Amino acid sequence: MSDDTSPGCATTAAAGSGGSSGKVRAPVSSSGDGGSFTAHPDQVLENVIENVLVFLTSRRDRSTVSLVCKSWYRAEAYTRSDLFIGNCYAIAPNRVTNRFKRIRSVSLKGKPRFADFSLLPADWGAYFTRWVHAMSLAYRALEKIYLKRMSVTDDDLSVIARSFPCFKELVLVCCEGFGTSGLAVVVSECRNLRVLELIEDEVSDDETDWISCFPEGTTNLESLCFDCVEAEVNFDALEKLVARSPMLKKLKLNMFVSIGELYRLVVRAPQLTHLGTGAFNPLVEIGQQQGDNQELDYTSLFAACKSIVCLSGFREIAPEYFPTIVPLCGNLTSLNLSYANVNAEQFKPVIRHCHKLQVFWAMDSICDEGLQAVADTCKDLRELRVFPVDPHEYDEGPVSEVGLLAISLGCRKLQSILYFCQQMTNAAVIAMSKNCPDLVVFRLCIIGRYRPDRVTGEPMDEGFGAIVKNCKKLTRLAVSGLLTDKAFSYIGQYGKLVRTLSVAFAGDSDAGLKSVLEGCTNLQKLEIRDSPFGDSGLQPGLHQFYNMRFVWMSSCRVTRQWCLEVARRLPKLVVEVFSRDEEEGERGDFVETLYMYRSLDGPRPDAPQFVEIL
Amino acid sequence: MDQKKSTLDLFHDLDLATELRLGLPGSNDQPEIIKTSLSGNKRSSSEMGSSTCTDEQESRFSPPTKEQVVGWPPVRSYRKNILQVKKTDSDTGSGMYVKVSMDGAPYLRKLDLKMYKSYEELMKGLQVMFKCIIGLYSEREGYNGSQHVPTYEDKDGDWMLVGDVPWDMFISSCKRLRIMKSCEARGLGDCV
Repeated sequence: MSDDTSPGCATTAAAGSGGSSGKVRAPVSSSGDGGSFTAHPDQVLENVIENVLVFLTSRRDRSTVSLVCKSWYRAEAYTRSDLFIGNCYAIAPNRVTNRFKRIRSVSLKGKPRFADFSLLPADWGAYFTRWVHAMSLAYRALEKIYLKRMSVTDDDLSVIARSFPCFKELVLVCCEGFGTSGLAVVVSECRNLRVLELIEDEVSDDETDWISCFPEGTTNLESLCFDCVEAEVNFDALEKLVARSPMLKKLKLNMFVSIGELYRLVVRAPQLTHLGTGAFNPLVEIGQQQGDNQELDYTSLFAACKSIVCLSGFREIAPEYFPTIVPLCGNLTSLNLSYANVNAEQFKPVIRHCHKLQVFWAMDSICDEGLQAVADTCKDLRELRVFPVDPHEYDEGPVSEVGLLAISLGCRKLQSILYFCQQMTNAAVIAMSKNCPDLVVFRLCIIGRYRPDRVTGEPMDEGFGAIVKNCKKLTRLAVSGLLTDKAFSYIGQYGKLVRTLSVAFAGDSDAGLKSVLEGCTNLQKLEIRDSPFGDSGLQPGLHQFYNMRFVWMSSCRVTRQWCLEVARRLPKLVVEVFSRDEEEGERGDFVETLYMYRSLDGPRPDAPQFVEIL
Repeated sequence: MDQKKSTLDLFHDLDLATELRLGLPGSNDQPEIIKTSLSGNKRSSSEMGSSTCTDEQESRFSPPTKEQVVGWPPVRSYRKNILQVKKTDSDTGSGMYVKVSMDGAPYLRKLDLKMYKSYEELMKGLQVMFKCIIGLYSEREGYNGSQHVPTYEDKDGDWMLVGDVPWDMFISSCKRLRIMKSCEARGLGDCV
């Protein structure tokens, strides 16, 4: 009853179609007035269900469907083509490949998010290898792989290249373990490759000229993003590649591509919609002539790019070139300046043209003044991220409550915000909670730990309380500043839709954590560091841990005894306990890091020595 | 166990000017990488403390302005490295990129030497990039006492200890950098 495994890449719809599945079915015939069916009625029903389920794409709906009865379970398993696994250790690969036979696309997530901040020791895990091997046998028709925070080796990339003749899309986000030689294998052997997106990965420079490894002739490339690859690319090869990729819509260059080279590429690809501009700097070598580059008219170049809606890059920006993007601004819906150290004076003349902007990422070098300019112009803004140029604790920073307030007044449709600052006030946060009722994601990072309201000296409880109370759609929250248990009681009381909560250096006692675990009934991901929460705070969560993706607690006050106890009482919970590499100090009874998650297949076989699974 | 003080009182009690830090006298802005978090408001330091802090040494509540806590603020290390390198105002001049490897680390990185004005700044940058502690160089003892020793390959292909020659001479002759384990670097220190 399984799909045929011929390597021909039939262009069936991504969701799979029940009709052309190639399954063997008992023929159905009927005469007009209730004559006999030759098919078993259950089989008919299953056919019908399958034909309906083909249209069902939501994961949650599919999960619900599969619980109705065995027949529906089977039908759903046949028709599921997109696999999403939020924690690669929650289930073993062979259990997945046994249940789902016709997968075309796989999404896998590995390490917990705090790994991004060096809180997870190297070699912790999240290896893609056992997954890729299982899939290479079971899913010959696989077309797409999306990985986030996984450890991927060059060998794994080779397996992908060899095993999936129809392979079309590879997206790696925050991954590590591979290099340019692995990329070379993928691009040379995946002849149908349409999408190769490397986003914030650590890619080692094996000095392989992977860009030259794309096959000759016209390619199917639609998206090529390598802005995170810290290795020089062969520009001639890149130019030729772009010239023979007529379907290329997204191109994101790395910091080794100069503005002059950018010019040459854009000229060849006027159909681009998403552009990552590379260095945005002449990058002239010492002694080389500057003359050539200065003759190019960048302003008219960008004026000709009618289709660009998303602009990023600016990795080494030479600010005098910044105004050349102005002709593009009127069409932009997304602008990422988060690597561009531009000040308010340089920034304002450009942003005032960006009326359609919906997504904006920036460095705080644009200051409160720059944020005011955003608020004045970008009335459609949905997502804002402001990153710190200097990630240290200071008394005053370039952005503050002033900028936050301005944004809240000007950008009423805001849905998602990530804001780094040194100082904040409750008033500004309360204002945002009232002015931006559509907020779904609110992440405020006051870099100065334990900082109270700058004006009143009060804790930041009321501000965050207002956010959970007034923003009725809020699902993701990150808190900071001086916070007492009161803040957490607000979160527990009002944060009924909150699925992800991040806490650092906050709270007074276990009462805080208790409020959260008792109140936030939809909590999925809880990550806490350096807060005075311990065993009795976690206790109320016992009824909830099976419903959650994970719980992370580091440098808190959780005892080993409690961890042992919970591991005993909840056998389907994997309870990992470990320290960071550099951690030498004794913490007595307290564990340094607790990371626990549900799993259908018990403790993982690949845990390193320093991880203890209780 | 914990004193019943309101968190506000603790904050006002703090005298930032007298915060204690580890570092050589006269060295103001060496960022120290503290191994664990500092004590919070109401907890006795022994429960939250790290191996590098003792009860006597720590103030009850100290938001240090210059010290670095691991993983804070929560900016991705990739982004932090780039920011670190670009701390100075970017001019339109060229970069002077050299490859940097560290024994035991799986990845090569690239560093723009022009972003640094002194060995001290370079060490800072390397420490952040590789999350290691390199320590200070002294003519007599080299990098005695630290686990990692920075070396570089010069124009002639020889491997030298970083710090031997004046800074300007160094950046004009350095081709690539390698952070070795100190046990392997012993030979280098001897032949000057």
